[in-house]
Amino acid sequence: MATANTSDSAALTVRDLSIFFGGNHVLKNVSLDIAARSVTAIIGPSGCGKSTFLRALNRMHELVPEARMTGGIRLFGDDIYARGIEPVVVRRRVGMVFQKSNPFPTMSISENVTVGLRLNGARDKKFLVQRTEQSLRMAALWNEVKDRLHAPAISLSGGQQQRLCIARALAVQPEVLLMDEPASALDPLATSKIEDLVRELKKNYTIVIVTHNMQQAARISDFTAFFYLGEMVEFGPTAKIFTNPAQKRTEDYVTGRFG
Amino acid sequence: MDNHFEAGLDELRHKLLTMASHSETAVNRAVQALVQRDSALAQRVKDEDRVIDHFEVEIDDLVIQLLTKAPLATNLRLVTVAMKISQDLERIGDEASKIAKRARDLSMEPPIKLNLDLPHIAGLALDMLKTALDAFVNKDPVAARAVIPRDKEVDALNKQIHATLARHMVENPDTIGRCLHWMVASKSIERIADHATNVAEDVVYLCEAQDIRHTGVKSGIVA
Repeated sequence: MATANTSDSAALTVRDLSIFFGGNHVLKNVSLDIAARSVTAIIGPSGCGKSTFLRALNRMHELVPEARMTGGIRLFGDDIYARGIEPVVVRRRVGMVFQKSNPFPTMSISENVTVGLRLNGARDKKFLVQRTEQSLRMAALWNEVKDRLHAPAISLSGGQQQRLCIARALAVQPEVLLMDEPASALDPLATSKIEDLVRELKKNYTIVIVTHNMQQAARISDFTAFFYLGEMVEFGPTAKIFTNPAQKRTEDYVTGRFG
Repeated sequence: MDNHFEAGLDELRHKLLTMASHSETAVNRAVQALVQRDSALAQRVKDEDRVIDHFEVEIDDLVIQLLTKAPLATNLRLVTVAMKISQDLERIGDEASKIAKRARDLSMEPPIKLNLDLPHIAGLALDMLKTALDAFVNKDPVAARAVIPRDKEVDALNKQIHATLARHMVENPDTIGRCLHWMVASKSIERIADHATNVAEDVVYLCEAQDIRHTGVKSGIVA
């Protein structure tokens, strides 16, 4: 089992993480540190546990019936699975963007951005307006939508909707942003904009991204973890994983011999 | 793996080895032309250098095509190393042409009375190249590393030849022109050994992802 050494600059510390869905052991004793203000890519063939691992980082896996986990995950030292910690609180600190963009269809662009804030009780209009602009700017969407903030969110293109979802996640000022194949449904130009955005966001956020696209992982990530059959086979700097992986299974996967 | 891509890699290996065969043949013929004063053979070496040049262009084209498939890990190293090896083989072809040119010039003048044994030093250089290429085929970094220290012997022999020729020129000024031709030919063989060393270093990189160029580790042995 591959492990990564503890680092003082770890945003997320995962130790001996195992996840079960009923009797199905889907994630097996995973340990690694995710460095703060970096991009960590999770790669591996379908069914290897990538998305399950990602969702464990903000307790989204608990939405699956009969989900059970052992081991621990700390977010900047805080045990996110400690007794009394509400998953909603964790998800405010660890935001998530999904493969298929999911703006709330009945809401406008600005309403989508502020929905998380309003659900947490924010009411000050000036604050909401400021946070809307700030979040849309961070998501590189402000210039495209600033003149139609009250337009329906679904009037945006696919790529714009995905950036809106990123803005929505950023609005609550998370510490970590999880991305589950955020560009897989987008055209190359929209994908390029998402990738540029990720590079910009990592200056202030820790990003963990699941991707099937190894070239994408090579382009935008600092570290890469390769998963296979529920195990983390190898973890290290992206440059090393893609030029000289230590494990044969990693070599076989990145050279297309399986997966 | 994508069968088309794998076929591309096979084609790349095949082209490289065919190019190597042409470069080795060119050196052998050039040295033979020099020793046997065969101007026709020398001209043939010069004329056929374009075949080697064409291989370099073909291999570069194939490498670019393969790079568009975004190869990774060993495939990435193979593709980039192949480009570098083809450059060294093309330079070896150029050195053979230089030797052939000197052979042609010398064949038109009386021979000098010296036993320089260029075939011996050429044999050493070509054996280094053959061993490096065998290491490439067999993915053998140990064999590749063993090539590197042999360059010293070729360097030393070249220096000896130069010293011998220099003394001869002092004692026999009327042979200066001819001796200079022999010096250039010997230097070309020393450069061929350098290129063989480069190929060996590239094979180490291919197999181990370790770049041992310019490390000052002349032995090529892992520290």
